[in-house]
Amino acid sequence: MLTFIGMGLYDEKDISIKGYEKVKEADEVYIEFYTSKLVGTTRERLEEFFGREIVELRREDLEDRSRELVEKARHKDIVLLIPGDVAVATTHSSIMLEARQKGVDIQLIHGASIVSAVCGLTGLHNYRFGKSATVAYPYGKTVSRTPIRVILDNWSINAHTLLYLDLHPEPMTIAKAVEILKKADDDKMLKDAYAVGLARAGSEKPVVRCDRLYELPEHDFGDPLYIMVVLAKKLHITEYEFLSAFANAPHELSLSVE
Amino acid sequence: MTRAKKMVDKIKDLMWKPDKIRNMGIIAHIDHGKTTLSDNLLAGAGMISEELAGQQLYLDFDEQEQERGITINAANVSMVHEYGGEEYLINLIDTPGHVDFGGDVTRAMRAVDGVIVVVDAVEGVMPQTETVLRQALRENVKPVLFVNKVDRLIKELELGPEEMQNKLIKVIGEVNKLIKALRPEKYDKWKVDVANGSVAFGSALYKWAVSVPSMKETGVGFKEVYDYLKADNARELAKKTPLHRVVLDMVIKHLPSPIEAQKERIPVIWKGDATSNEGQAMVKCDPNGPIALMITKIVSDPHAGEVAVGRLYSGTLKPGLELFLIDRKTKNRVQTIGLFMGPRRVEVPEIPAGNIVAVVGLKDAVAGSTCSNLENFVPFESIKHISEPVVTMAIEAKNPRDLPKLIEVLRKLAKEDPTLQVTLNEETGEHLMSGMGELHLEVRVERIRRDFGIDVVTSPPIVVFRETVTSTSPVVEGKSPNKHNRFYITVEPLPQEVIRKFKEGEVDMKMDKKERRRILEEAGLAKEEAAGIQEYYEGNVFCDVTKGIQYLNETMELILEGFREAMRAGPLAREPMMGVKVKLVDCKLHEDAVHRGPAQVIPAVRSAIFAAVLQAQPTLLEPYQKVFITVPQDMLGNVTKEIQGRRGQILEMRTEGDMVTVVAKAPVKEMFGFAGAIRSATSGKALWSVEHAGFEPIPQGLLENFVMEVRKRKGLKLELPKPEDFVG
Repeated sequence: MLTFIGMGLYDEKDISIKGYEKVKEADEVYIEFYTSKLVGTTRERLEEFFGREIVELRREDLEDRSRELVEKARHKDIVLLIPGDVAVATTHSSIMLEARQKGVDIQLIHGASIVSAVCGLTGLHNYRFGKSATVAYPYGKTVSRTPIRVILDNWSINAHTLLYLDLHPEPMTIAKAVEILKKADDDKMLKDAYAVGLARAGSEKPVVRCDRLYELPEHDFGDPLYIMVVLAKKLHITEYEFLSAFANAPHELSLSVE
Repeated sequence: MTRAKKMVDKIKDLMWKPDKIRNMGIIAHIDHGKTTLSDNLLAGAGMISEELAGQQLYLDFDEQEQERGITINAANVSMVHEYGGEEYLINLIDTPGHVDFGGDVTRAMRAVDGVIVVVDAVEGVMPQTETVLRQALRENVKPVLFVNKVDRLIKELELGPEEMQNKLIKVIGEVNKLIKALRPEKYDKWKVDVANGSVAFGSALYKWAVSVPSMKETGVGFKEVYDYLKADNARELAKKTPLHRVVLDMVIKHLPSPIEAQKERIPVIWKGDATSNEGQAMVKCDPNGPIALMITKIVSDPHAGEVAVGRLYSGTLKPGLELFLIDRKTKNRVQTIGLFMGPRRVEVPEIPAGNIVAVVGLKDAVAGSTCSNLENFVPFESIKHISEPVVTMAIEAKNPRDLPKLIEVLRKLAKEDPTLQVTLNEETGEHLMSGMGELHLEVRVERIRRDFGIDVVTSPPIVVFRETVTSTSPVVEGKSPNKHNRFYITVEPLPQEVIRKFKEGEVDMKMDKKERRRILEEAGLAKEEAAGIQEYYEGNVFCDVTKGIQYLNETMELILEGFREAMRAGPLAREPMMGVKVKLVDCKLHEDAVHRGPAQVIPAVRSAIFAAVLQAQPTLLEPYQKVFITVPQDMLGNVTKEIQGRRGQILEMRTEGDMVTVVAKAPVKEMFGFAGAIRSATSGKALWSVEHAGFEPIPQGLLENFVMEVRKRKGLKLELPKPEDFVG
């Protein structure tokens, strides 16, 4: 059996009790920090907390050598710990598919995901999100325009855009993400956009700030991880009220209220 | 005031008058007397003592050059000559004639506007004459002809005056045939002609020369030459009609000044907008324009370190200037500038457009770099090297402590000589030097030992194969490690004509799309391939024939990186690939950019190409050389035996008197050690030379042997790879 357990947002205590018990009784426990991170803890603290060895898997182990992981689970109880919720990252769904094709059982134990946490921290309605995208570090001279295209698509149906920030080689800051978006934004389509920047969701002191997208780098967000939402062109009145109460939204944002 | 000091002052004065400047080179087949001619021109112009010239081989200033009796690096000198009552500045670049050093010749051609073609009167036009003249004409450089060693016709061949003239006319005819074939549009203006004085005859060694204009002036014509030589009185002849005057007069009259030359050459070597400010400045050779400098050579100077030598097309260079090295994407500050006088570099405070300059401080420059004070200057057309590295040897320091120094020196040598490639073999940790031939590498190794004082051990030379395919593969699916990206790829042989057109610059990826499509269709690509071509890389192309795939455009750079990686080292034996057309027929991409990054796309594309290659009847190509051997008739048998023992093939035999010239073709792999073998087989009586003859498939029966030989050397698994090793 291969069990995927979502660890939640921030530290070792975000796991569910069901997940905790499963970790305690499994034959072998692995964790990956490739698709996301738990910045409030470390592998060593997790080992101490669960009282057992936890082995970290790298990208190659998850992708090139996924077969080994699946084969181990054929006769043993294997747990893979995943920051956030399971299978939001497509990497995990590939492993699940491979396990199914090879006749190895899988089980999912969910954890809190940034996708839902964003709604709680910003007051933006879950119903009003469109497609999401990742702001990736440029490769050579190639800056991906995918996030811009996704934002424009979402605007056309008056939806918000969740933007993940690249984690490799290091977690991207909001300032860096805005700089990359600016570079890709040849036609200045985003110059009037409003956005929310979030840092350390799930911690005791998350930071949530709403401003014009291109002004976000002026705010101090503190330590990682970060995520952003580019707002739809029109807001529901309660979305505006929430942002001005919890995210220092500028007064002009009221003009966007439908 | 000393003579040298006076000369420098004259040069400093003349460099400001571009109509009084001639930038020229001397090209010839090996041993036809280039360096002797250069020396005696210099001596005549008062740059070195007349007694020493000829023995000193002034331009062969490298110790090795003097020992081996050949010129290895193109050296530069400036000299002053008086013509029609006016003084002229002549910047001369000497170039090597041996085929292994072809890269130096090509680069030198970029710096000059005209060349003296030197041909031995007895041997006539030889293969290297043809190769170097072709290089000059390709760069739009105008030739004049000097027929050397005329005395040999009389003394060795004992020809009469009439036979002698016939022989000379034949040489001129051969040179003109080449000009007509390569520059038909310029033939009327450029053909060499005895009557107008663009041909001179003489002896570089005995320092005399005649031409039609000189005959009118001195009264010494063919008949007189014949008489003097018969009487063994070359000394007198040299006094009456001295070499340097006749030849340099010819240079000044017939070779263009930078002002004339740049008008025509800029459009050939620079693809920027000719009507722009910098374009006009170059066409006009304007000293007040922006700096436009093309580096043609890097030389190491024991005092100054690396000195960049190049041609200044526009602007005025001064120490302290900050220049952009356009192709290197960096900035360097000019420390000092100077002109060359043989091995000596003379510093001057400023140098204007139209001159050949030596610059200290451009530490990131390589041969071929474009430098300007404008950041967005369009780089010069990269210098076209006609030949590619074919021989490799491993090199290591005897004392492991010298390793860091060796790495530094290898880096430096590669920078000086772009035909030399230095790579680190990741598997074995050894350093590999690849170059144009056995001699090319030997000379570089000798420099490492002698000039840099590092004791090194080298492996015997090894041939660099190319991997290629001989049929069309099925469509192969390559999956990214995360399985979310799929690339569907086929490979097939690429028409030779396409490679030729890219190599010779008739087509490139920067030109107008429609035009490129037309040319490529003509060369043999299908319509959709010609329209979808994304990249030409070292004799291979990548074509995207998919339609309307979202995100493909922003993923293309990564796909091409995977393509280039595969082409640099193919699946059979990790040798470079050549003559392969890779087609992307379909692909599926992840919605989000981080899931289709470099770590996903590059390996997926590379593996798909490898698996496709292995299903397209892959084989190896090996480099061939054409060999020209001249021996006395009675030794012909020894020569043919030597050639046939080396998988060689005799193409032609020409008999002249009691000598016979054998033209043969043989794989470079079998030609190692040929120099020694032919010497002993013919008791040293053979005259021989080689030229590159491209790549050809190896005999099919040897494929597995050769692949395993290379794999063993590289520490790879000793079995033929299968498609399943790469996809599945």
